[in-house]
Amino acid sequence: MSDDPREEIVTHLGPMRAFAISLTRNGALADDIVQDALVKAWTNIDKFQPGTNMRAWLFTILRNTYYSHHRKRRREVEDTEGELSAGLAQKPDHDGRLQMRDFSAAFGTLPEEQREALVLVGAGGFSYEEAAETCGVAVGTIKSRVNRGRARLVELLEMSDTEPMEVTEAVTQGIVTLNQSVA
Amino acid sequence: MGPKDNSSRMDAEIDKNLKRAFDDVAGQELPSRFTDLLDQLRAQEAEAPDTETKDE
Repeated sequence: MSDDPREEIVTHLGPMRAFAISLTRNGALADDIVQDALVKAWTNIDKFQPGTNMRAWLFTILRNTYYSHHRKRRREVEDTEGELSAGLAQKPDHDGRLQMRDFSAAFGTLPEEQREALVLVGAGGFSYEEAAETCGVAVGTIKSRVNRGRARLVELLEMSDTEPMEVTEAVTQGIVTLNQSVA
Repeated sequence: MGPKDNSSRMDAEIDKNLKRAFDDVAGQELPSRFTDLLDQLRAQEAEAPDTETKDE
């Protein structure tokens, strides 16, 4: 009974929620996706190959669920969050930078595919290979998304050798928690 | 000391932020909608034990 691989799914739900929120930037939508993915994984457990990386398998299901069913809704949600978007879309200053101090806000401006690559590799402990498989793209593509995402964050946060980004609680308030209150 | 060192240091800072935010959510207690759903899924299983591997 404890051998049932479905019970292992439960241990990945926390990370699944974190991944979903980083994709959607919206807590309620993220949990809807996790719920759908959980049901799918649970009922399709026979498609999971024992001995392989269950988290990667689950994240793939989660990601497919998002892109095939929920992405449109996220757009709608985002549109109604006009104020927030407006706040993020600050005018660049004279050297074209956004003067963005908030890691979360900066992260939110990255394209979806860079966000997911960064989260998988930078936070989720995925290898480039696992991330590539999860996203269904080449390893080189993941590497370049991660690199571009990081470079953009450095730019937005104006990280430099003279002025290192301070890792404070405020800064790390969460890439992922920003929009939960809006949900 | 070169620019490469700086960029890898900044990458590490970014990853640290990402990881902290990720772990924050990942470590939260599961909302009851999930624990309820799991109970439901397990209960369904108990009711219909012979949903064996049917083809398609």
